[in-house]
Amino acid sequence: MNCRSIVKELSNYLDEGLDSTLKDSIEKHLEHCDDCRVVVDTTKKTIQIFCNSEPAPLPEDTKLRLREALVKRLRRVRA
Amino acid sequence: MSTSKANPLPARPLPSQVVKDDEPILVAAAKAGDISAFETLVGRYERKIFRLAQNITQNKEDAEDVMQEAFLKAYEHLGEFQGNSRFYTWLVRIAVNQALMKLRKRRPNQVSLDEEVDTGEELMPREVEDWGPSPEERYKQSELGGILSSTIAELDPSFRIVFQLRDIEEMSTEETAEALGLSIPAVKSRLLRARLKLRQKLNRYFRRSENS
Repeated sequence: MNCRSIVKELSNYLDEGLDSTLKDSIEKHLEHCDDCRVVVDTTKKTIQIFCNSEPAPLPEDTKLRLREALVKRLRRVRA
Repeated sequence: MSTSKANPLPARPLPSQVVKDDEPILVAAAKAGDISAFETLVGRYERKIFRLAQNITQNKEDAEDVMQEAFLKAYEHLGEFQGNSRFYTWLVRIAVNQALMKLRKRRPNQVSLDEEVDTGEELMPREVEDWGPSPEERYKQSELGGILSSTIAELDPSFRIVFQLRDIEEMSTEETAEALGLSIPAVKSRLLRARLKLRQKLNRYFRRSENS
């Protein structure tokens, strides 16, 4: 396993989509390659930071227009 | 030398396959004509749908139109929702279709999800620096939100949309492929590239040397 193969398999490794033999070879490489370990770790953090981020509250005017559009259309659908 | 241990992401069920306890009840009530039940679903998901629409279209007005159309279409087509996935996943698919239509209308020659993606040399990360344990905590919530939205905006739309569905909405590879009409290898290839590009772009905010 070299650094290039680690990058190629990075997503599959992070998503737990590898068989145990390939996973073991990656982990063996990571034990002695600081650069790859940092790449794996920072890519994992990238995913987690985006995944855990809370969406900002809707601007009040946007929220109001959504409510108005819903009321208008729902009335039409029910009519 | 880095001391952080690189482990895969913890295995857990995808949110797209986990149904919130009251969701089927709210959907059933909305199907039966209970508008307040539908409004509860809107209130629960409006922020996420708006963010998704904004991340895809990169335009506030378009995002607002997309969000409105997505909820209105969802209400009109509720009868077709079979409950095989989460309601939210179904809603995301509607919103993604609306957002893609907007994007294609605005930039007809620039948005193609079908284009071939190269693989090879340039995948290798250029900057390799440790970020420390919780780099996001160095920023206020609002600052972090700004960093993330400006970072994802720099991605090519075909990478941005795949990353949005897989890693922000946490849809499976299969669900993402189906929603975008892409093959599974194409989704995987775009996702890897998106993740590596975002990692590289976030490096300038999160590397230890930036804050030490």
